[in-house]
Amino acid sequence: MSNEAVLHAHSGAHDGHEDHSHEHHHQSFISKYVFSQDHKMIAKQFLITGMVWAVLGGFMSVLFRLQLGYPDANFPWLETILGKWAKGGHISPEAYYALVTTHGTVLVFFVLTAGLSGTFANFLIPLQIGARDMASPFMNMLSYWFFFAASIVMLSSIFVETGPFSGGWTAYPPLSALGDASPGSKSGMDLWIVSMALFVVSSLLGGLNYIATILNMRTKGMSMTRLPLTIWALFFTAVLGVLSFPVLFSGFILLIFDRNFGTSFYLSDIFINGVGALPNEGGSAILYQHLFWFLGHPEVYIILLPAMGMVSEILSVNSRKPIFGYMAMIGSLFAIAILAFLVWAHHMFVTGLNPFLGSVFVLLTLLIAVPSAIKVFNWLTTLWKGNIRFTPGMLFAIGFVSLFISGGLTGIWLGNSALDIHLHDTYFVIAHFHIVMGVASMFGMFAGIYHWFPKMYGRFMNNTLAYIHFWVTFAGAYMIFWPMHYEGLAGMPRRYYDYSIWESFKQFQDLNQFISLVAMIVFAVQFLFLFNFFYSIFKGRKVTTMNPWEANTLEWTAPIHPGHGNWPGEIPEVYRWAYDYGKDGVDFIPQTTPVGADESVEH
Amino acid sequence: MTIYLTIAVIILIFVVIFQISKASEYVSTLKGDEISRKQNNKINGFLMVAFLVLGLIGVWYCNHVLFDKTLLAHDSASVEGARVDSMLWVTLAVTGVVFIGTQIILFWFAYKYQEKENRKVFYFPHSNALEVLWTVVPAIALTVLVVIGLRNWFLFTGAPPQNAMQVEVTGKQFGWIFRYPGKDGAFGKKYYKNIDPASNSIGLIWDDQLTHDDVVTEQTMYVVKGKPVKLIIGSRDVIHDVGLSHFRLKMDAVPGIPTTMWFTPKYTTAEMKEITGNPNFVYEISCDQMCGNGHYSMKGIIEVVSQEDYDLWMAKQKPYYLSAFPDKDPSNAPVADTAKTVKPAVAKM
Repeated sequence: MSNEAVLHAHSGAHDGHEDHSHEHHHQSFISKYVFSQDHKMIAKQFLITGMVWAVLGGFMSVLFRLQLGYPDANFPWLETILGKWAKGGHISPEAYYALVTTHGTVLVFFVLTAGLSGTFANFLIPLQIGARDMASPFMNMLSYWFFFAASIVMLSSIFVETGPFSGGWTAYPPLSALGDASPGSKSGMDLWIVSMALFVVSSLLGGLNYIATILNMRTKGMSMTRLPLTIWALFFTAVLGVLSFPVLFSGFILLIFDRNFGTSFYLSDIFINGVGALPNEGGSAILYQHLFWFLGHPEVYIILLPAMGMVSEILSVNSRKPIFGYMAMIGSLFAIAILAFLVWAHHMFVTGLNPFLGSVFVLLTLLIAVPSAIKVFNWLTTLWKGNIRFTPGMLFAIGFVSLFISGGLTGIWLGNSALDIHLHDTYFVIAHFHIVMGVASMFGMFAGIYHWFPKMYGRFMNNTLAYIHFWVTFAGAYMIFWPMHYEGLAGMPRRYYDYSIWESFKQFQDLNQFISLVAMIVFAVQFLFLFNFFYSIFKGRKVTTMNPWEANTLEWTAPIHPGHGNWPGEIPEVYRWAYDYGKDGVDFIPQTTPVGADESVEH
Repeated sequence: MTIYLTIAVIILIFVVIFQISKASEYVSTLKGDEISRKQNNKINGFLMVAFLVLGLIGVWYCNHVLFDKTLLAHDSASVEGARVDSMLWVTLAVTGVVFIGTQIILFWFAYKYQEKENRKVFYFPHSNALEVLWTVVPAIALTVLVVIGLRNWFLFTGAPPQNAMQVEVTGKQFGWIFRYPGKDGAFGKKYYKNIDPASNSIGLIWDDQLTHDDVVTEQTMYVVKGKPVKLIIGSRDVIHDVGLSHFRLKMDAVPGIPTTMWFTPKYTTAEMKEITGNPNFVYEISCDQMCGNGHYSMKGIIEVVSQEDYDLWMAKQKPYYLSAFPDKDPSNAPVADTAKTVKPAVAKM
């Protein structure tokens, strides 16, 4: 599979950036750790870059939570690190909005898209379908390096004199189009768009590769209906990304034209204080929202589906029981993927869109609750009469189900337009999407990391640290986001720098302080995880058996330290589905075991 | 200095946790994987149930502490908002039952089916009957919610009653401008290139006679109790949003594309002060769409008053035309001076 000529073309300067493995191999340092075309190394690159962004994005939330929780306090150290953005130790509105915007952009795209599906699609697809690598390892490498370039550009935007973009991660024009309307919309916004454009390229290169690999490179016997649910989820994720990211890209191109070349796609009838009336007429600011949310809504499923797939797999392995309703799980993934394209305007109920059109989107939006309910009940039934092992991965998988229920149910509130008119853009929405998409997917990601860490590095992570990490994060996530529903029910708008001048919203000062405090503790506890992760790469307990979780899927038939190519000899052949746990009293039957003579065939 | 101390303490705590974790890993290696896994299972199984119980208590406590601070503690301030509230309660009932039920099942199963020595798992890969059950039941529940929701939605977004008064609301960075049609009951035309912050804040076309009696105010909007009011919403610069949390409604203000929203105020501001028990109560318009660095301060006030008070207030308002052209004001210049009627605003057109 590997393109040796390309691999060995790079040599020279050493760069310690991704040096975190113990394998010794004939490849040069650069081709092994930096410009690697091995899907496993690319997965680790995505994961570690994602972790860096998660820390930065999380730290940004701590900074703006400081402002919300302690609006009157001064923190001199803030001025030390933020300079003019926190004069006198008090974050300025410009900095607050820049932090909120960058937090959103980074967490949604860099952590929960690239860091989540970039990591696990790369790592799991070839290993679980029985392939030596991706369909195009070179494109796969490019996918990471476009992401890396996007990261660098985004990072550089933080250091621009007028500040990074500060108009919210959705970047609605005219605010995002007019530098005169907001300093963050000056060169910070140019860098933001360039970064996002690079990111779209990265995501398309990756997505096409995932689809091609899953469709074409399955090992002998691995029919589509024998695939583990992780692969099905990653497949639909890739399809969603490939079909929707180009639409976002087109929206960005029009935005670039409006910003720099005097067109009026999104601009009309605008008078800016201090500048005067702009010449643009006839554009529609709402057009951008359609283009944005045509990606933006599938995007939340791009974030959620990989977590769902991994949770399905981990729940089944650790319940020692087949996943309940395998075909229904695929069907509901498919239904969610289709509906994901048909609900985008539920983000736009209050933009003045045609009420009839709105009613269609209400219907389609609430329809998503049906496949979601199927998934939840199937997960619950998977646990029923199982023999559950609480590995750290399993704990996070159970946590995911709990959070998905809690956050999913409030989607029924917000998807109903007549209620959305009241709750739109309040803290209720913040609570909803952070629980169902942010924290839940983060839990899916943690579950995946804890579960597949032994496969990635040939060592275990420390269990005690993992348990502390789980319970504090789980309880903390609920303590942060659950009370926000009440703020939303008081109509408290999101994206406010200070509530003290508002008679209607200032009663929540104590609560905001509590939330900020918990947020800081939860953020601190993530360092236990980070430390555990990096420490265990080098010093973790060694994996001594090929299949430590006693799982059925193919990745556990590969050596403890798989080389580039995954299996030293022939690629194993598959005879059954991935979920024969507890069948005929046998604890587990790997996919590579031929079907016995007196055994009933499930798939 | 304190910051370094804090960091030092946090690092110290981390080191302690790490050492304990390391030690427990050694112990479990000595004891063997099987035994330590079973011990961990017991602890985590217990924590599952503990989390469920404490979590449900937490949900109750949170509601106990915070409910009175929400809008639900009092009646909605608009007739239409009452429908939002009742719909909210129905939705809460449906989702609340599902929430409590599924969370109990989840954590209870996790506890009950934790690994036991002699348990044989139940090989249960699928059941069409169960799948149909939890496809059909949610679908029916959702249909009910959709029907309630859409009936309200078409009411809220439909035409306002015939007797509705009209107010035009224009958002700008960072404040609100209100326009009333004046005695003729009709708004005159406007064009954004006529905007002059000093004398023509929304760009009225003075050639249009209908503009001459339009009343323009900033910051505070007056509406009448019991009389439906239709807002015609626009923006002068970026997208804003007219957020009326007490009336349970909101609508974006989009430059170039007018939007509308209507509601019927139920209580005057004075009555609402009594209902909420808050002497400082005011109906606030909050901007609910990110509009720039002053977004959080973009506040407007709605005064809900009786028809008489409204008429008294309106009688005191001067048409905007007269403040733009003081020489036209009969109270300023009783004798019209026709020599000075070259209008700079019109010349700009």
